[in-house]
Amino acid sequence: MVQAFAILLACQLVGEGIVHLTGVPVPGPVLGLILLAACLWLREARFSAGRTPLAATPLAGTANGLLGHLSLLFVPAAVGVVQQGGVLARNGLPIVVALIASTVLTLAVTAAVFVWALRFVRGGDGA
Amino acid sequence: MTRPVDFLDLWVYLSGEPLLWLAVTVSAYAVADRMAAASGRNPFVNPVVIAVALIAAILVATGTNYRTYFEGAQFVHFLLGPATVALAVPLVRNIGAVARMLVPMALALAAGSVTAVASAVVIAASLGAPPAVLATIAPKSVTTAVAMAISRELGGEPSLTAVAVIATGVFGAVIVTPFFDALGIRSREARGFAVGLAAHGIGTARAFQVSETAGLFAGLAMALNAVATALIVPAVLRLVSP
Repeated sequence: MVQAFAILLACQLVGEGIVHLTGVPVPGPVLGLILLAACLWLREARFSAGRTPLAATPLAGTANGLLGHLSLLFVPAAVGVVQQGGVLARNGLPIVVALIASTVLTLAVTAAVFVWALRFVRGGDGA
Repeated sequence: MTRPVDFLDLWVYLSGEPLLWLAVTVSAYAVADRMAAASGRNPFVNPVVIAVALIAAILVATGTNYRTYFEGAQFVHFLLGPATVALAVPLVRNIGAVARMLVPMALALAAGSVTAVASAVVIAASLGAPPAVLATIAPKSVTTAVAMAISRELGGEPSLTAVAVIATGVFGAVIVTPFFDALGIRSREARGFAVGLAAHGIGTARAFQVSETAGLFAGLAMALNAVATALIVPAVLRLVSP
């Protein structure tokens, strides 16, 4: 668990460092995600014989724990927003209508295009 | 010589310590998560909404400002970084499924990211919103830090952008399940990808409650859309208000 946390933090740290040095327009944790994925993928692809399967590692347990309670991690920021909720209301109807309609439209378009494009997936059944 | 417990003194001491608000945040979420689980993960019983309502009520009742609250809650907030990195684990475990879905993901990303920005801007503009408001809400579907940076750069109001982002995330997370059930879209990959793209991390949190597959595709959409939106917003704003 401690080791797993050290791995996650180290990847984030390297990601943040690269962003700071190069100015690439990607959040540091996303670079950390790419870095960890590359390491894990190498481990799976090349050193799989005799190793613990990824799902059984402490890292997988810690990752599942964090991602299973992702909602908790948004609570502090969302509390701040509630305290400023009046700003949204004062700026009125255009914003509220645009947010609601645009979110519904975005969900529908994204999922519809995804489902439509499943026909290009080899061996896909289009479901 | 016994001294009666001075509750006011105790409160003054505890309310200045980060521990109190950290404990309140985690406890409120524990209660909210129990309620969500008891409802069978009903989409309208959203743990973020319940936890925030409980905490906001406590802050108002005790006259506590957000800065004091956040000194404790920041330890939870900080975990968003490691949680993002942790997405690498389901990604690698499902790398075959992800690789098979590259074409649907690319096409859905292109269509969805343009829709997210253009529809918000066009609807608000047609209702008479000024350019500064358009720049404020254009990045509403991406994660807060990225959205605030885009808004600041293009003359929006970053703090109002944060409000729009969280409101979008909560709304998307609440409606996604009944909405796709009504549309008859059953693919977990498509549903997850759409909610991550439209409603960033809060949508992704909801998707992980439904299934690991949906959560993974939501997380990927969230990361990809953060990059796509940064590229699209300036172009859309130039078209709408030259």
